[in-house]
Amino acid sequence: MTGKYFGQPVLRLEDKHLLTGRAKFCDDIVIPGMLHAAFLRSDYAHAIIKNIDVSEARKHPGVVAVYTAEDFGDYWKVGPLQVPPPFAIKGAQFNARPLPPIGKGKVRYSGEPIAIVIAESRYIAEDACEDIIFDAEPLPAVIDLEKAWEDTSVLVHDDLPSNMAALVKQEAGDYEAAKKQADVVISKRFVADHVAGGAMENRGFVVNWDERTQEMTVWTGTQAPLPLRSAIAGRMGLIENQVRVITPYIGGGFGPKVMTSQADDVILPWISMKLNRPIKWIEDRRENFLSTTSERDQVHHCEMALKKDGTILGFKDVFYHNTGAYDPYGMTVPLNTQTHTVSNYRVPSFYTEIRMVFTNEMVVTPVRGAGRSEGVFVMERMMDLAAKELKMDPVEIRLKNLLKKEEFPLNTGVIGQDFVVGVLDSGDYKNNLEKCIQMVDYEKFRKEIQPKARKEGKHLGIGVVAFTEGTAVGPYEGARVTVGNNGKVSVSTGYSTQGQGHFTVFAQIVAEQLNVKVEDVRVITGDTGHFHWGAGTFASRGATIAGSAIHSAAVLVREKIFATASKFLEVPEDQVELCEGSACVKGHPEKFISLGELAGKANPMRGAVEADVKPGLEATAYYAPPHGATGSGACAMIVDVDPETFKVKIERFVLVHDCGTVINPLLLEGQIQGGVSMGIGNAFYEKMVYDENGQLMTASFMDYLMPQATDMPRKMEIGHNVHPSPLNTLGIKGVGEAGALPPSPAFCQAVEDALYEYNLDITESNLNPSMLYEFRNKATKR
Amino acid sequence: MSQLFPVKVTVNGTVYEREVEPRLLLSDFIRHELGLFGTHVGCEHGMCGACTILFDGEPVRSCLIFAVQANGHEIRTVESLGSPDHLHPLQEAFHEKHGLQCGFCTPGILMTVVPFLEEHPHPSEDEIREAIDGNICRCTGYEKIIESVQAASEKMSSGK
Repeated sequence: MTGKYFGQPVLRLEDKHLLTGRAKFCDDIVIPGMLHAAFLRSDYAHAIIKNIDVSEARKHPGVVAVYTAEDFGDYWKVGPLQVPPPFAIKGAQFNARPLPPIGKGKVRYSGEPIAIVIAESRYIAEDACEDIIFDAEPLPAVIDLEKAWEDTSVLVHDDLPSNMAALVKQEAGDYEAAKKQADVVISKRFVADHVAGGAMENRGFVVNWDERTQEMTVWTGTQAPLPLRSAIAGRMGLIENQVRVITPYIGGGFGPKVMTSQADDVILPWISMKLNRPIKWIEDRRENFLSTTSERDQVHHCEMALKKDGTILGFKDVFYHNTGAYDPYGMTVPLNTQTHTVSNYRVPSFYTEIRMVFTNEMVVTPVRGAGRSEGVFVMERMMDLAAKELKMDPVEIRLKNLLKKEEFPLNTGVIGQDFVVGVLDSGDYKNNLEKCIQMVDYEKFRKEIQPKARKEGKHLGIGVVAFTEGTAVGPYEGARVTVGNNGKVSVSTGYSTQGQGHFTVFAQIVAEQLNVKVEDVRVITGDTGHFHWGAGTFASRGATIAGSAIHSAAVLVREKIFATASKFLEVPEDQVELCEGSACVKGHPEKFISLGELAGKANPMRGAVEADVKPGLEATAYYAPPHGATGSGACAMIVDVDPETFKVKIERFVLVHDCGTVINPLLLEGQIQGGVSMGIGNAFYEKMVYDENGQLMTASFMDYLMPQATDMPRKMEIGHNVHPSPLNTLGIKGVGEAGALPPSPAFCQAVEDALYEYNLDITESNLNPSMLYEFRNKATKR
Repeated sequence: MSQLFPVKVTVNGTVYEREVEPRLLLSDFIRHELGLFGTHVGCEHGMCGACTILFDGEPVRSCLIFAVQANGHEIRTVESLGSPDHLHPLQEAFHEKHGLQCGFCTPGILMTVVPFLEEHPHPSEDEIREAIDGNICRCTGYEKIIESVQAASEKMSSGK
């Protein structure tokens, strides 16, 4: 469905302010009398707090206050959990250990805050942190996931009998029975490594309690403005409308900015009220690496049962998931892994078991990919192993098992992060792959390019994988659309934006319905003073969930325009049409009333109106899906590996994607390309490494390598399939995380194919040249 | 650390005189003393490039320099390019080619590219990749940034 604006590559409305440095980010907020905060964080990963002596820090010139856990009295409370436990799943066990606002009694990861200094400047606040004496008794650190599950000698939470955070088993079909029918059963252990969100803007929080108005205003780059507002109001004993959370421009989110119970969220509002002063805290990069959340880090034990023709009969996956020191975000990440392990393929029997483990590491919550990456990684690696075992082509075995158009909707029998049984709504997963191998010209590569390259001593390899992306989960989002007296239109939603282009795509949706120029639609996202219902930015749900709500509100306003215009133009409603910026009589464009004037008439200031009047050209609507919409795709990668240095160059990168109806093809490409760069980073550059003492060895951009321009393929070749989702009027599926999912498994397959002289067996998702060298050394010669 | 030193610096053509602590970073000086918030701080260890400014015409990371070192020098920040109503051709190209998403790294990239295009009015794709290799962007995957710089070079060399 392409319209005048909808479906068009409209240039972004937000660009001009960003490009000229005028856009206001969190650290650009200045309030008279504002104080600055700095945290002192524990260097120990696991230690009993003996004493925190802040007396010298309090005497430091320019310091206004210093607080440790004890100073907060009864206000110090853990949590609450931001995502509820998955008790919709039968037999699920979950030990809730929400985040403490600031370390008390014990610290459980390196980077956990233990004191906060409030001073006249950030420089002084950091100086004073140096004056604090932290006396602690170090304990051994719990790091190894599999070991921590069994070994109870060191406990992250010593009130629990083990380091188990959760145990969740799900089964669709009967795996053991399927296994009995199998010709071959293959098994393998895989590691999906730890990665950072790495938004270019770190977190930040500015809070101002106004004693005279009894209102608190918070500016922060949160992905969840309304949950944060409610959390702050709840903790402070205020009613929600006393707290206004405003998201300024946000320099990337990627997941970790969704949290509502980090130290700053909890204690800065309290301090602002206590001191009756505005306070600013801006996270630095080291803090971001150490103590903002991160993701992945799972160990999988997979087993696949197949017939000898390559038909999958069953899949079993028992995996350890690192939740870090606490589990404030419930089980969103590992549940996503469960639902994405087999969602591409016809797998009649599937057993999946999550063993979620507490460790002395930073907390794990979603990062772009959010558990899906790990599920896709292990499944695609198992498909490669199966192909090798059965001496089949990796493409052939995939085509045999991929779901086809006529098989949807398909009930997966597995409950996901939204606590409902998954239903794959639509698509043609098989065709995605067919299209992808056509684009990359798989046959030609196998028959001509690769043999020729090998003759020349070059090591070219190809990887071809498939994936799905569960998107657009509930609960709901909402929006209000209003025509102003100047004829321009405003849209307010509780959804917040971190660079995806929502100001533009939301405007396109409204402009299409109201026939106004896109640039005449002013979108306000994530300001709880403008719209006070919503859940937040996660799971690629902006265009789908908030977009659908905005569409519904725009349709209602359109109806109201017709009804109101019919009265003033004195013609029946079916004789009214929308000209650009006005309502006019069909066939008589000279008989019109501008939308601005009509908006004024819809809000009479004197005289009698109908009893059930709803003033203004305005409507509010909500959208709540029964379950998520599932995007899908396939990816091919051709790599050139240097067998001496193990430098890998991506020669070609092809991705075919299906996210249903496309609102803006230009921005869609941007979303996919960005996701791919994160996926490539995860495949070959990025890795968070903790040592055995729980020290993060990669807490700077010097050690944690994010992809740079020269690391990327020359061109990402992107193809599209369009199977609109039946779940929403517009037919949209999300796309934000798609690009991040396939690069790791495609990369592994391609590298194994390139180094053909060896029986390479790559079992880790995050490689680098030295790891490839190790895998090569472990491999037998062919 | 309380001793203050005088700094006289020309930023975007305006002369500013301030007294600052010797440890004050140039990035903090530009942002918080001068109120020029277009220069962004992403890592404070010289790796991400978000805080890139022109220092006597050369692109430098303002988080790796003290404000006092800028005494007597000339600085240009992103605010010296176009305004929202009159974009610089480089900014126009980024807008047209979707060369930015969250926009946080963008001012640093623009300030890296300005002198690059002066020296390389007709750059190859490889030269552009090399030029922006020190600026990390987490959103775009760089492809559209490179297209933007190419488009800008065409605009600027044709005088549009």
